Amino acid sequence: MQRIEATKLIDPLPVYTMWLREMKRFLRVKGRLISSILMPLLFLAFLGLPLSSISAIGIKGIPEGINYLDFLAPGIVGMTLLFTATMSGVSVVWDKEFGFLKEVLVAPVNRFSIILGRSLGGMTTAIIQALIIMAIAIAMGVTISGLSGFLLSIVFMILTCATFTGFGLILATKLGSTEAFMAIMPLIVFPIFFLSGALFPLDSMPAGIRYMMYIDPLTYGVDGLRGSLVGAAAFPLWLDFTVLLILSIVLAGLGAYLFSKMEAD
Amino acid sequence: MNDVIETQNLTREFDGLVAVDHIDLSVKEGEVFGFLGPNGAGKTTTIRMLCTILDPSSGWAKVCGYDVARQRNEVRECIGIVFQDSCIDKFLTGRENLKFHAQMYHMDKKTREERMDEVLSLLDLKGKENTVISNLSGGTQRKFEVARGFMTHPKVLFLDEPTLGLDIQTRRSLWDYIQMLNYREGTTIILTTHYIEEADYLCNRVAIMDHGKIMAIDEPNKLKEAVGVNLISLRIGNGDDSIVNSLKGVSGVKRAEAHAGAVELNIDGGEERIPELIDFADERGFPISSIDLRPPSLEDAFLHYTGRDIREEEGNLMELWKGVMMRRRGRK
Repeated sequence: MQRIEATKLIDPLPVYTMWLREMKRFLRVKGRLISSILMPLLFLAFLGLPLSSISAIGIKGIPEGINYLDFLAPGIVGMTLLFTATMSGVSVVWDKEFGFLKEVLVAPVNRFSIILGRSLGGMTTAIIQALIIMAIAIAMGVTISGLSGFLLSIVFMILTCATFTGFGLILATKLGSTEAFMAIMPLIVFPIFFLSGALFPLDSMPAGIRYMMYIDPLTYGVDGLRGSLVGAAAFPLWLDFTVLLILSIVLAGLGAYLFSKMEAD
Repeated sequence: MNDVIETQNLTREFDGLVAVDHIDLSVKEGEVFGFLGPNGAGKTTTIRMLCTILDPSSGWAKVCGYDVARQRNEVRECIGIVFQDSCIDKFLTGRENLKFHAQMYHMDKKTREERMDEVLSLLDLKGKENTVISNLSGGTQRKFEVARGFMTHPKVLFLDEPTLGLDIQTRRSLWDYIQMLNYREGTTIILTTHYIEEADYLCNRVAIMDHGKIMAIDEPNKLKEAVGVNLISLRIGNGDDSIVNSLKGVSGVKRAEAHAGAVELNIDGGEERIPELIDFADERGFPISSIDLRPPSLEDAFLHYTGRDIREEEGNLMELWKGVMMRRRGRK
């Protein structure tokens, strides 16, 4: 057998294999897609649509000419990314304990390549789901600002995904048991969602809460998406981009590091 | 023949609990070697160290000449593993599972397809490779796991409780496949089991493990011979300890023990000793209600070396299942 260069940090074939595997699993488990799209869909249909009929001027911080559904849609796309990417990071650790990843970890492949491929797969599925939500929003009447804005939004999606996949990985490696995780997960993910300004603008909140929103990574993801898709950002886009880029590198890097430090069982 | 596995003082502790306690062993190329012991004897922990999943607390182990703690990747290249808990991807087909496995080991497409063909026909899995794993029976799923373990031509294949939870027929057929693969490919096979028959049927050599220690290592027949040539088991109407003690005085009796309502004798000679024993018991007023003469089994050998019955530990299936669930929950 040929000599395997197992020490290579990024080993293309295993990275691709792990990615492909994630994609196949995603396409094969139909229920997962439906259940992950249902909640964002409900938000758009039962919060966005009714509120879009009233004048948005009533909500402080929403620029004139933008109705509430336009404002909400990027927030819901951000929510989809938050939930899916965090879960994807967490499930890496579960798979390692109960699933197929256990077998992969005894292959002569650098762990970073394994985690990279697996995370890229998870990110791809998260972005596909986000795009489906976006398509639904457009069908409901949201107008996006154009192709360049759309392409820019994909950049923000990737950065948001990487940030929360890393976040999920860190959570799962630190929390250990699955029960503890199930109990704590909503306590962590929901505040991140509500504090991100996905539902209402930062300016409409009291100052104390606004400071908490500034330290929420999702705030910058949602704002970046909002800026690129409907042109209603609270911060300059370069700021959103820089903050997310740094966060994604730090969190994803730390997550991958912690994961590779764990013993396989 | 070379040693493919060698350990010295191999030890693993978990928070003060010694799971594997200074074990020394060596396994030759081409052997089928089994670790036999009850749940919690340290078999799986030993295998996990040999597979580079777990680092030893002290001592060392070499697989294919490489140190399991310091040359992990070299070890990983020459081994295959079938885990105790199934870890085949249930959402994928058998073929996809094998393909992904081969890709992780950098097999090129041509070699992979040829090998896949070979492995599938060896294990009679042809025709089932395009079915999603979750739609296959437990035995077939297990066979795919074994097939996956063989994909990369490993020098050593580790099987951790390969037939746990399978019915008797499936178990037997899997044994035959494992033996055939060992014979056809010359792969060294290391397995753990708490099934006596499995160790007896499959293994060239067996290590009897209990409480993290290896109590004996030998061929199954030699282990049995150590117990004695013949075992006579007597059921005595109103037996008590005094009869056991006086039976110890009979010439040729190496061991006499009350066990599970009967007196078990380890005795030189065979049937010809039976009348003598009947007379002996009669004279002392202990009528014998039944006599059973048999060659010792590996189970007797286990009892002999560990001082307890493997089945006492095995418990019923329900308890075993609870144990599995508890372990899963407790794991980090």
